[in-house]
Amino acid sequence: MCGIAGIIHRNRSSDIGSEMTSMLQSLKHRGPDSTGFAIYGMPREDEFVLRFKVAEQEDAAKGYNIHQEIRDRRAEVDRRLAELGVEVVETVDATEYAYRYRIRHGGDMRKVVDYVEDVTSTEILSLGSRLELIKDLGDASTVSDQYALRGFNGTHAIGHTRMATESDVDIRSAHPYWAYPYNDIAVVHNGQLTNYWIMRRELERKDFRFMSSCDSELISVYLADKLQEGVDLEEAMVRSVDEFDGVFTYLVATSDKLGMAKDDMAAKPMVLYESDDLVAMASEEVAIRQVLPHEIDTHDPYDREVRVWQS
Amino acid sequence: MAELNETARSHDMGLHTEQLTGRTQQRFFDVSEEGNHLYPEAFDVDYNKRAVIDAIDMDARDVNRKIRDLMAEGYGSIVVRNPQARHSLAVGILQRLNLTFEGSLGYFGVGLIDGPNVRVTGRVGWSCAENMMAGTVIVEKNAGSTFGAAMRGGDLVCMGDVGSRTGIDQKGGTIIVGGRTGAFSAFMMQRGRMIVLGDAGKNLGDSMYDGTIFVGGSIESLGVDAVPGEMSDLDCAWLERKLGMYGLRAPDGVANMTKIVAGKQLWNYDNLEPSEKKIVL
Repeated sequence: MCGIAGIIHRNRSSDIGSEMTSMLQSLKHRGPDSTGFAIYGMPREDEFVLRFKVAEQEDAAKGYNIHQEIRDRRAEVDRRLAELGVEVVETVDATEYAYRYRIRHGGDMRKVVDYVEDVTSTEILSLGSRLELIKDLGDASTVSDQYALRGFNGTHAIGHTRMATESDVDIRSAHPYWAYPYNDIAVVHNGQLTNYWIMRRELERKDFRFMSSCDSELISVYLADKLQEGVDLEEAMVRSVDEFDGVFTYLVATSDKLGMAKDDMAAKPMVLYESDDLVAMASEEVAIRQVLPHEIDTHDPYDREVRVWQS
Repeated sequence: MAELNETARSHDMGLHTEQLTGRTQQRFFDVSEEGNHLYPEAFDVDYNKRAVIDAIDMDARDVNRKIRDLMAEGYGSIVVRNPQARHSLAVGILQRLNLTFEGSLGYFGVGLIDGPNVRVTGRVGWSCAENMMAGTVIVEKNAGSTFGAAMRGGDLVCMGDVGSRTGIDQKGGTIIVGGRTGAFSAFMMQRGRMIVLGDAGKNLGDSMYDGTIFVGGSIESLGVDAVPGEMSDLDCAWLERKLGMYGLRAPDGVANMTKIVAGKQLWNYDNLEPSEKKIVL
């Protein structure tokens, strides 16, 4: 049982950081292990935001000589970025082990990602011109305060509160997942995928990377694979409902879209609110009520339903 | 209930003469006692005494406690404003009461109730009126999945659309859906009636033991051992009357509704397992 939430403003922006924080905080009872946000800010012309971590929270607390290690790993990342000719505009230390870099680069981004992730324990959480992916242990308020998300202006966001069932409680297994190597795509998921290993092996043969053994990561990799083949997002999601076994409701966000898909049995919850200027969805209506306190009309999507909204 | 008063043969045989000592929490039931028509802790309420609660800053526990306190003071009509889609509101009310929610409920709303008449002007989340025993619940907007799960009696009405697994394990009472219902509705239904005025999702009535489903719209697919039945005049008269009570009408008239019943092909209760047969033979 996890909690997922999504919100998209149409033709305007809003304090999406605070909105997503309060939505996820109200879903805390669905899973307090970790919380993750994929927030889409205002588009940048020629810049990317790179969010990455070089250690887990637990390592940072207990690891041998870890503080020096973390500094060394980060220096190595900086060195490799410079080697590939990536211009680092600004760096922000969100925590001791997770950073936000604003970068400029005209070359092959996948090469940059692969080279940086080759550094010990380093994982790129997100890369894109709008996407900022933040995930850490603790409830929504804790993570939001730690990474100063309140006041973040943007158009749409998805988020997740996790109750770990299949894999570890660490940042690596926390949602959302970035759809490597695609800029700006992130996925959150509530459910279990039972044909995970079959599909994972297939995708690994196609040279995709898996950073965790969490079944939700499969969705983001699957969608990346389909997008690579030239299938559009909605079509890829429709196919995923046929190809994934198990029970799931997942949300996916791209630089200007937000989508949801529900499994064959409609086994996992989702409540949907739609209006002309705002679409909000969550595992429970209480989350939607955090941003829309007045009485609203909501409904549950049915089995196999796939929807995509434009910002 | 008269037959329960008859002295059973077991009394003549002296099976009830044993005297147990010590304390017991068991409550002994006497059919002739008037008070047995109510639960032991039920409050005597007056429908004409009306109270309004604003739940905007209250959590679910506070709201439920407040409803209970008002019933103890004799209020028989209670209105809750701003329920804010909170979970588990008004659960376990085991007595008569007029209860109105001006807004939406979250999961498990009005579960485990026996007797009250509830109206929800908004939407309800998953598992509304779960295990309901008696009374009426009217939801004016949509409802989530497992609406009226394991329900045993009373009328449960949703004017809008409901999610999947509506009336799963229904054991009695009537569920009325004004709109459409999702997949696996009436799954393992055992008794009672379900009326769906709109369309029904796939696997309707899957593995139903008994009971009756009436559908006004189209059915995506029937589940295992759910078969069409024949509409009788009695069914039509009953549907007309029942729907009329809630101001609803079948889209093409009750006579054109589809009736679904159990095929009873899965009734193998008395059959022996293959391994058991071997022993007998």
